[in-house]
Amino acid sequence: MGSKRTSRRELLKGGAALAGGFTLGAVAPALGQTPASGQAPAHDHPMIKGSKELIAYGERSRFVTSVRIAHPIGGRPSPDAFGKVFHVAAPLQDSVGVITPSSLHYVATTRGSFMPDIDPKQHTLMIHGLVDRPLTFTMEDLKRLPSVTRLHFIECAGNRHNARQTNVQETHGMASCAEWTGVLLSTLLKECGVKGSATWFVAEGAEEVKGASSMPVAKAMDDVLVAYGMNGEPVRPQNGFPLRLLVPGFEGIFSTKYLRRIKLVDRYYLNYNDFGHLDEDAKVAALDYQIGPKSVITYPSGGQQLPGRGFYEISGLAWSGGGAIRTVEVSTDGGKKWNRAEFKGTPQRMAFTRFGYGWNWDGNETEILSRCTDEIGQVQPTREQVAKYWNVPFERNYRVPGLDNSVMPWRIGRDGSVKNGLA
Amino acid sequence: MGLLRVLPFLLLMGASVLAQSPTYGVGRTPTADEIRALDISIGPTGEELPQGRGTAKEGAEVYKQKGCAVCHGAAGIGGPAPALKSKAGSEVPIWERERILPLRAPFATTVWDYINRGMPLGKEGTLTANEVYALTAYLLFMNQVIPEDAVLDQQSLPKVKMPIGDEYARLPDWKPRTRRLKDYPY
Repeated sequence: MGSKRTSRRELLKGGAALAGGFTLGAVAPALGQTPASGQAPAHDHPMIKGSKELIAYGERSRFVTSVRIAHPIGGRPSPDAFGKVFHVAAPLQDSVGVITPSSLHYVATTRGSFMPDIDPKQHTLMIHGLVDRPLTFTMEDLKRLPSVTRLHFIECAGNRHNARQTNVQETHGMASCAEWTGVLLSTLLKECGVKGSATWFVAEGAEEVKGASSMPVAKAMDDVLVAYGMNGEPVRPQNGFPLRLLVPGFEGIFSTKYLRRIKLVDRYYLNYNDFGHLDEDAKVAALDYQIGPKSVITYPSGGQQLPGRGFYEISGLAWSGGGAIRTVEVSTDGGKKWNRAEFKGTPQRMAFTRFGYGWNWDGNETEILSRCTDEIGQVQPTREQVAKYWNVPFERNYRVPGLDNSVMPWRIGRDGSVKNGLA
Repeated sequence: MGLLRVLPFLLLMGASVLAQSPTYGVGRTPTADEIRALDISIGPTGEELPQGRGTAKEGAEVYKQKGCAVCHGAAGIGGPAPALKSKAGSEVPIWERERILPLRAPFATTVWDYINRGMPLGKEGTLTANEVYALTAYLLFMNQVIPEDAVLDQQSLPKVKMPIGDEYARLPDWKPRTRRLKDYPY
């Protein structure tokens, strides 16, 4: 490839990067021209012509086709015939780094719903109940207050892996991680002055079902975020625009979307969302609440194909509701030997951590797995270990009590195929 | 001695003054009416319940009028939406019976709260207080929780004895940086 052509291509790229600035006029005629017959084309690829829309709000390459899918497979579709959205899973098999793009972030609604189309100028958050001063905040008020920006994952209780699923989007796609910006709930509560008798708070959304959950005040004072920003822009409607609660490490439903009201109360309120957590067994109830340490290999993962033996960097995600991830281990021999994986970046509390492990595949059939440990020493278990804890016989379709944070195996075939190791 | 005697009082005053002063002075005080209009989370004591009353008979009428049967079936069974009437009898232990809100909820207030905030589908928030009391009574009667002639209102609804009684797990006292379940290594 001649250096002349290379520099010309760079000029074109540069012109585009200048967002339709001075060079565009000079370049545009060249773009529109078809080379005369017999002449070599001026560049190797078709060019993307700038448009007002693409300049105003960019979009990904047409070659990148990763999309969300309804969850679970064979379950309720999203959208349904009426345009309601239920559960939608993120394509983790294509993810790099730790941030889930807002367009691909998983979505869950309480019972299937339309997205409320809220005018942020009309939206308010009211905090009342057992406080010295009930207060109503406009979106403008909230943006005046000291903000924090944090990476946090959210995971749906339905994020369970089973033998019927084929890829990591189906097994683990009901979890995502974004950079959230907003005001700490503790900042707002201090403005209101929480009374000593307040032990729980109820957070409520403005959507049609007005979803409400009860949470401990201790959590509110620790790290709960009232978020208006997501990945550098306002929270998307599917994720709660203009305001949502972000409850780090708790099961996803607690991170109340379209947040309009917080009431400080003196007991567990048992509204409808809480009824969903009602359990006979106190241990299971606890394990349904805060998310345990969990990790999964996203490459190579189910449905992908290894082109041949040789080097691969195994890559995956780890997270925990208990804090930051301390270690991740990877096994490439079905769990006999565990090797320390490397972190890509510094693990953050209740956030996805990307890990990698260099591996030379010898072309034989094997199983690859990952497991993690969090900063408070909780370890991600295999299903066999969980069954042993509960003192029940382990069988192939064993269901982990509470939120499922068990190890996910991927089986590599001789042909380089990658399949669900639970199948 | 004098100082020692007033010291706890001074400390208390100090603490309450500290707790009471806002740092930023942002936000406005909602009016009592604004609070009342939004205060729809009904807790177990029922203190947020509005005035009103209803019986199962009236509820059966409302159930028909509002088209509840389209989703929940003519008598709370057989529709595409969750069933509202238990098929099993009260001789079956509650945790072996269906997961039905007006049967398994520990408080009747939870049933009232959900009908009020979430029903009917597409017309949420349009039921009157009387209609919600009546529907709650109908669903509880349907599951043999209350007799047909019971009148539900602000006073009687929170006192309804639900079949689950005390047989449900309480959540552990949550603390930051603590295992999700004591002695559970995972």
